Amino acid sequence: MNRQRIHEDPAHYEQMTSQASPPSRTGQGVLRAWWVGGLICCIGQLAADVGVHLLKMSTSDGYCLAAIVLVFLTAVLTGAGVFDRIGQYAGAGSFVPITGFANAMVSPALEYRREGMVLGLGAKLFTIAGPVLVYGIGSSVLVGILYALLHH
Amino acid sequence: MSWDLFLYAKVFLVGGALCALGEFFCLKTSWTPARILVCYILVGVALSAFGLYGPLVEFAGAGATVPLTGFGHSLCQGVIHSVQERGWIGAFCGGLTATAGGIAAAIFFGTIVAVVAKPRMKGKNT
Repeated sequence: MNRQRIHEDPAHYEQMTSQASPPSRTGQGVLRAWWVGGLICCIGQLAADVGVHLLKMSTSDGYCLAAIVLVFLTAVLTGAGVFDRIGQYAGAGSFVPITGFANAMVSPALEYRREGMVLGLGAKLFTIAGPVLVYGIGSSVLVGILYALLHH
Repeated sequence: MSWDLFLYAKVFLVGGALCALGEFFCLKTSWTPARILVCYILVGVALSAFGLYGPLVEFAGAGATVPLTGFGHSLCQGVIHSVQERGWIGAFCGGLTATAGGIAAAIFFGTIVAVVAKPRMKGKNT
């Protein structure tokens, strides 16, 4: 809608930000993130329940299935160009769940594919997922070492 | 875990709240989404290490496991269980084992989609 104009015209942008008072802007963004994020988590819960009750999985495997299903759906929606629009609407509601992790892998890989299969697609899969994995895995190893020192 | 509609209300509220908190940080600070994701995973690992995230998973199910904090929780619990079973070497093996499903799925489906789908420029829908 107005997004294009906002980028082109700083004066118009300032006028718009002063018109929309800060609390309501924040409130609207937070509410959008809440309902979309909550809905994504409910889809995950549905996948986990299907895994546990219909496919007779353990609870942890059920949550693993939920992650795989959400990652699959995100990859398809990102490829179709739909996920970007969900992201524009919901902000953190789309990138805080594991859908954001999947989108952060597919989106740059798709964009940089023309730079080659190895350094384009292969490397760009990890532009945003890389830091998440580095700090996640790094900190978990630290926890494991401390735990081993304290309990063994 | 059972077919429990009340659980879905809790999933929606807790999962949505974690996302709303992320959006709040996004709007109030100039942090990029990537930085918020890294913070979420570090917070998840830390809460899980102190045993605070497990009860949230018990309470809200996928509302706690699907947000990135849940990814940190899986890493942390995987490492702790692995250390209990195998000793210190588990610190290096447990985290990735526990999260392998999500990571491998993201790499596998991500690669397929990136190969098959038509690239499009950001902001220009063709």
